[in-house]
Amino acid sequence: MRNPLSKKIVEIEPSGIRKFFDLVSEMEDAISLGVGEPDFDTPWRIREEGIFTLEKGRTFYTSNAGLQELRTEICSYLDRKIHVKYNPDTETLVTVGGSEAIDVALRCMLDPKDEVLIPQPCYVSYLPCAVMADGVPVVIPLQYDNEFKLTVEDLEKYVSPKTKVLIMPFPNNPTGSIMTKEDLEPVAEFVKEHDLYVLSDEIYSELTYKSEHVSIASLPGMRERTIVINGFSKGFAMTGWRLGYCCGPEAIIEQMIKLHQFAIMCAPTNSQYAAVEGLKNCAYEVEEMRKSYNQRRRFLLHEFARMQLECFEPFGAFYVFPSIQEFNMTSEKFANRLLHEEKVAVVPGTAFGACGEGFLRISYAYSLEDLKEALARLGYFIQRLRNER
Amino acid sequence: MDDLRYEILKYMEKQSRVNLGELAVMLGVDEVTVANEIADMEKQKIICGYHTLIDWDKTGIESVSALIEVRVTPQRNRGFDRLAERIYNYDEVHAVYLISGGYDLLVSMEGKTLKEVSHFVSERLSTIEGVIGTATYFILKKYKDHGTIMVPKKEEERMPVTP
Repeated sequence: MRNPLSKKIVEIEPSGIRKFFDLVSEMEDAISLGVGEPDFDTPWRIREEGIFTLEKGRTFYTSNAGLQELRTEICSYLDRKIHVKYNPDTETLVTVGGSEAIDVALRCMLDPKDEVLIPQPCYVSYLPCAVMADGVPVVIPLQYDNEFKLTVEDLEKYVSPKTKVLIMPFPNNPTGSIMTKEDLEPVAEFVKEHDLYVLSDEIYSELTYKSEHVSIASLPGMRERTIVINGFSKGFAMTGWRLGYCCGPEAIIEQMIKLHQFAIMCAPTNSQYAAVEGLKNCAYEVEEMRKSYNQRRRFLLHEFARMQLECFEPFGAFYVFPSIQEFNMTSEKFANRLLHEEKVAVVPGTAFGACGEGFLRISYAYSLEDLKEALARLGYFIQRLRNER
Repeated sequence: MDDLRYEILKYMEKQSRVNLGELAVMLGVDEVTVANEIADMEKQKIICGYHTLIDWDKTGIESVSALIEVRVTPQRNRGFDRLAERIYNYDEVHAVYLISGGYDLLVSMEGKTLKEVSHFVSERLSTIEGVIGTATYFILKKYKDHGTIMVPKKEEERMPVTP
């Protein structure tokens, strides 16, 4: 029999998270700080709207690009938040989570051998999606010393005449790093100079704790070179609803709608109606969640300082990314021992790229009680490691 | 009211057993500032007390809660205040509100038995001069009280590790 599988797909490395997930699942009563989704239930208004639309029998396909009302609300939301105006009819696509938008955008923009710059550590999907789109992923390892921000020096090292797309994953999962307007400006200049396009994954845009989120699309001359990806999973605590969106130049969005139409048809109708309610009436709920994350973030950093665990102060998402380099062991080994000896699960930084070595991703999408218990255990563990030396 | 006070109150409204150091860390200010703000708000009676939310049903101790609508004749110059005072001075009365709508005062009270509550209403409340009618509603089950849902919380449903 012939091999049923595509070589390209088989050669894609499985996610490093998966292996760790299996380990943690086998461990009873482990406290996990490994979750990449909010601990809050979706605000009740949104859930109630979902129930209401089901009762009304709104169970049919929507237009491929998404409900007109939702697209209009998305555009007015983006105008309020990032101060960029998009046309809901021609420049907006509602997708199945932000993940679909990443996949479809790369498929629409890449020809074989086109290079995609991927700053790491980052979310696990960009690299395989670039490969699936026949592109060539080029990893840019970000530096702890720069608080894992992307700089022009980094870009200069990895750009080539074949580079077409730059992924901008900020606020960043797993580091929690954000890019301010001042950080973005030189990057934008570089992008224009080298005639690149940007895929700006802003799924954590609601969760910044120092200054308002700034989108690279809002900088001069960048709107026409940027696809903004966002969604409802993180800020609105709607992971399971699978709803995201992207906005960008008409020429690109038009092709994306075509692909989305053939592969997906449309995003879940029920989720789309619920999301309209979220955009219209849930600013308060979103703000309250943000405040709560910020309190936990401060608590975590304070505890790290107390146990003298080195960590830069991250101002976005719901992750901290402490360094464990002083212990002279790999992130994976550290995470494994922490899991077995103290029953606390954290994700090794290497799950998000090789340059995550020496770091851990710790999520604070947990109740304060859980965080306290987990940090106490982490504290014992670190003390023991220091005593071993 | 400034933001800090608001944040302190929002936190303490749900969690009055506050660890000052911890709250200060979470709000990004120093402990002395938090302590001073709380002390000031206690003085100004913005913070009126610290209470414990108890699910008495779980203790096995018999108790009955009731809400009582009271219709009254307001008094010249004193309005409803004098009558409200005569009612709220009873220890078994937990809360008294002046209400818009079909009646005047809403009284929340607690007794050991149905009989004790009934007795209080017929002997004490109804006989106060100016009270012209009452309607008593016994509480059968508390689902949510002071913003806290009384039914057990659901278990963690998220997968333990996700990207």
